[in-house]
Amino acid sequence: MKFTGTAHRYGRDIDTDVIIPARYLNTSDPAELGKHCMEDLDAEFVDNVRPGDILVADENFGCGSSREHAPISIKAAGVSVIIAKSFARIFYRNAINTGLPIMEAPDAVDGIRNGDKVIVDADTGTITNETTGAVFTAQPFPPFIKDIIETGGLVESIKSKRG
Amino acid sequence: MTRPMTITEKILAAHSGLPEVEPGQLINCKLDIVLANDVTAPISIKEFAKIGVPKVFDPTKIALVPDHYTPNKDIKSAEQAKMVRDFAHAQGITHYYEIGCMGVEHALLPEQGVVGPGDVIIGADSHTCTYGALGAFATGVGSTDAAAGMATGEAWFKVPASIKFNLTGRLAPWVGGKDIILHIIGMIGVDGALYQAMEFTGETIEALGIEDRMTICNMAIEAGGKSGIIAVDDVTRAYIEGRFERPSVEYFSDPDVEYAEVFEIDASAIVPTVAFPHLPSNTRPAADSRDIWVDQVVIGSCTNGRIEDLRIAASVLKGRKVHEGVRLIVIPATQEIYRQAMHEGLFDVFLDANAAVSTPTCGPCLGGHMGILAAGERAFATTNRNFVGRMGDPTSEVYLGSPAIAAATAVAGHIALPDDLG
Repeated sequence: MKFTGTAHRYGRDIDTDVIIPARYLNTSDPAELGKHCMEDLDAEFVDNVRPGDILVADENFGCGSSREHAPISIKAAGVSVIIAKSFARIFYRNAINTGLPIMEAPDAVDGIRNGDKVIVDADTGTITNETTGAVFTAQPFPPFIKDIIETGGLVESIKSKRG
Repeated sequence: MTRPMTITEKILAAHSGLPEVEPGQLINCKLDIVLANDVTAPISIKEFAKIGVPKVFDPTKIALVPDHYTPNKDIKSAEQAKMVRDFAHAQGITHYYEIGCMGVEHALLPEQGVVGPGDVIIGADSHTCTYGALGAFATGVGSTDAAAGMATGEAWFKVPASIKFNLTGRLAPWVGGKDIILHIIGMIGVDGALYQAMEFTGETIEALGIEDRMTICNMAIEAGGKSGIIAVDDVTRAYIEGRFERPSVEYFSDPDVEYAEVFEIDASAIVPTVAFPHLPSNTRPAADSRDIWVDQVVIGSCTNGRIEDLRIAASVLKGRKVHEGVRLIVIPATQEIYRQAMHEGLFDVFLDANAAVSTPTCGPCLGGHMGILAAGERAFATTNRNFVGRMGDPTSEVYLGSPAIAAATAVAGHIALPDDLG
């Protein structure tokens, strides 16, 4: 899987409350959630993001709540992949379970600025900053998790095992 | 002879049918309880339907608690609650708690004896780690994990490394579980325990009641922890006696086990602590925070809405009035706590002080309903998070602290210690 898009660069400890504020949790409709993605951190994010764009952040992305609405809203807003130095644990699981690709790549994060054009090859873990020409390598997923992603998320993976 | 293991590793090994497990290992675990609420269960129910099994793995091992937006604040939240209600009835879910029996989930499940020592529990709510206070492995997950758990009775985990926090010394006056955990989060940061289990030990922990222990484990997630855990002792046994509906299994860390890190903490030096906006790790002594004037005080939530919390708040509020510039909202976490507080006369104290007392709800803690903040307003809350916009407008602010500091702050109008009130 290859993703190409503009980087939207954020800092550390981006929490689930700013990714999708609680006032919108009275729905689980992806289109509705996507409209309010990152609203309390960056009110212009939804207007600026284009399908395929890439979220880039420092440590502990997605900390806080277990709300799966967070990765759902990010995906619905058009983001193709998130690159961060580290992810909060529940968000990490939720992203994998809902089929939102995420990558832990501290060097890449340091080498990507807001607005850079970035190409991500999820199969090889290669991240290329087209704007600067720099190439980085992400931590590969453990095989167990790769299997879940390749089957299309946790629910699909369970279905396939049930035969 | 197996390798020395922590309490967490022993519980996970027992539930995955393995003689031993080690940090980093990926395992599949049998689940004792799967929990979801009115925000997270609707997605779980949709995902459950996609799996294609007609029935949940065991209707006695699933808990559904509509506590975030209930009594429902609007049509959409009513639709969500209805979806949970209909699913619970169709599946014959034993532990479904309708309004009138409902409470804040993490206060309710221990109280009702649904969770207990030795369990593996997943909950589609990040504060599921609360049950570690009873000697269980309990961790927050998302809705899809909960859906998979409801269908299969299993969940996958990466065995976490454990960090030990050993606390010694006697606590100073007005210092409790909330101050301990805020102190620890301030020390290690909001990702200080990322992917790890936080084990709390030592004479200070042993001297704490079950409520303070739950407060501590409740906020393990605010340090990024996968779980918090406190070994079973007589305090735990006395609490679950006549409550916990299944046989309890006690696990203890081996004395020679190696931890990823050990923190020795002199608990006698911990002071009443406040977390400033916008992270729980942004802590300062309450005594240095007296210049912070507040508009609203909230006493409640899964962190500090238990009977002991309400007793402490009432002891500070007794014979006093809430400052004219402050709205005080008190929320007993469950119907049982509500009734107990009423019978103990605590409601008279709260009402005499001009506080509003609410039916059990998570509402204000997550900016759901019942106490939303306007632009620029400040709240002092006994809740667990103070992220941007957590309780309302993105320009509002939340300060976190104990029920004692919250009550004193409500009276003074600014962050205060009970002893300040004279």
